[in-house]
Amino acid sequence: MSAMFSLAPPQGGPGYSFNQTPTTAPSGQRQHGFYPYTDNGGSTLGISGADFTILAGDTRSTNGYSINTRYAPKLFKIGGEGSDNKGARIVLSVVGFAADGEALKERLDTIVKMYKYQHGKPMSVSACAQRLSHILYNKRFFPYYVHAILGGLDEDGKGALYSYDPVGSYEREQCRAAGAAASLIMPFLDNQVNFKNQYVPGSGTGHDLKAREAQPLPQPHVEDLVRDAFTSAVERHIEVGDGLQMMIIKADGIHETFTPLKKD
Amino acid sequence: MNHLPQAWGRPRDEVYGAYDHSHLQTSGPTQHTQQPIVTGTSVIAAKFKDGVVIAADNLASYGSLARFTDVKRLRKFNSEVVVGFGGDVSDMQYLDRLLNSLDIQENYSSSEDSLNAKNLHTYLAKVMYKRRSEFNPLWNHLLIAGLDADAKPFLASADLLGTTFSAPTLATGFGSALAQPILRRTLPDEEAVAGVDKEAAVKLIKECMKVLFYRDARSLDKYSIAIITKDGVELKENEKLENQSWAFAETIRGYGTQVN
Repeated sequence: MSAMFSLAPPQGGPGYSFNQTPTTAPSGQRQHGFYPYTDNGGSTLGISGADFTILAGDTRSTNGYSINTRYAPKLFKIGGEGSDNKGARIVLSVVGFAADGEALKERLDTIVKMYKYQHGKPMSVSACAQRLSHILYNKRFFPYYVHAILGGLDEDGKGALYSYDPVGSYEREQCRAAGAAASLIMPFLDNQVNFKNQYVPGSGTGHDLKAREAQPLPQPHVEDLVRDAFTSAVERHIEVGDGLQMMIIKADGIHETFTPLKKD
Repeated sequence: MNHLPQAWGRPRDEVYGAYDHSHLQTSGPTQHTQQPIVTGTSVIAAKFKDGVVIAADNLASYGSLARFTDVKRLRKFNSEVVVGFGGDVSDMQYLDRLLNSLDIQENYSSSEDSLNAKNLHTYLAKVMYKRRSEFNPLWNHLLIAGLDADAKPFLASADLLGTTFSAPTLATGFGSALAQPILRRTLPDEEAVAGVDKEAAVKLIKECMKVLFYRDARSLDKYSIAIITKDGVELKENEKLENQSWAFAETIRGYGTQVN
């Protein structure tokens, strides 16, 4: 295109100066000035229980030190009927680059809805989890720059939670924090959900110490843990705040709550 | 002096050095937009109880040069949507043509309802995201203002990366730092929208345009403003900033030749 319009003197002819100007570009590629990613901040978290899974995320969207908006949900219902996902039993949370997150959600939602049309039954969480991994892996060389967490109930009605890295590695877990404040929230969860570094009182000293066994927590307790995790993260991370959106997936449906967080 | 006519009227190499032709590559890979060239500055918008107000000045800058002073950066799409463009002006003109063809397509189709602001925002966001995914971005930050399917005020943004978000007040570019805090004083959240009428919203936006003109060096005192309500779009493209007061200027110290 640039060949069509050139202010340089005719190629090969006499130049306009006795010391000939260089007519070729210096070797080496010129640097691209466009970076296709940004970080929209925020944090997400998921915890699974005996008969429920809770996913949570703050609603702040940032760009550098600026707040884009105080309400941009990071939690999305997947499947169900229509654009408001009526009757859905799977929730996806995405944090990282919001535009990729939106595109990823749109793709997974379409796939899960198509599955129901084609097979006449809703997609299981484990199948949906594997499919999400494949979507991410398919874009391995131009990844969706997001940390995804998928939640639902498994075939036995137990809480199911899957977490992903941007290129599709995934794992089923009891709990996971992702995003900007993941490093602040995850150690708290390790201690309070998986009881890491907790021991049975009076079980002895040194090697005799018995680790406290992790067990599924009751729902109100988990909700409290989520709220505590976020109110604390807001204090120490500038990209987290404004509002806390929670989705609780149970056998009778998805319950959604919103709790205000500090807006500073 | 040089006898070759090609050299007449050109900077002399002896004086200025040889021209660096890497700026005018004649071969090599296809070039995509890597930086905006002629640019428009901030677009600002605010919701109010019956609709949305949106404004942008009429300047297109070429770097620090105020190159075109009569460029309309608000585009009425139909009777309920206005799009405001910040960023590259040639990409804005491309999007303008794209919206024209979309409008024609829609008018020939048999569908009853015309596209509302929410529909148009989804469309433009997908265009922007697709182009960024091709590493060939449209270097713009758009604000889409209008009414949604329930005739409620709608305001959302889409940028060159395909990032989208919505808020009671929005501002692009310099405005996100200068105007947004002022706008948020009146409209901190969605609930506040019901308490703001058209007059208050227009006054607020005009005040922000004034602040932007005071402090944004790539801005102009001539601007466009559009008010979108159920009654249609009221678009004024040749507004002039009113009641400017530069009284504060003499209190500013430290930039000029004053001693203290």
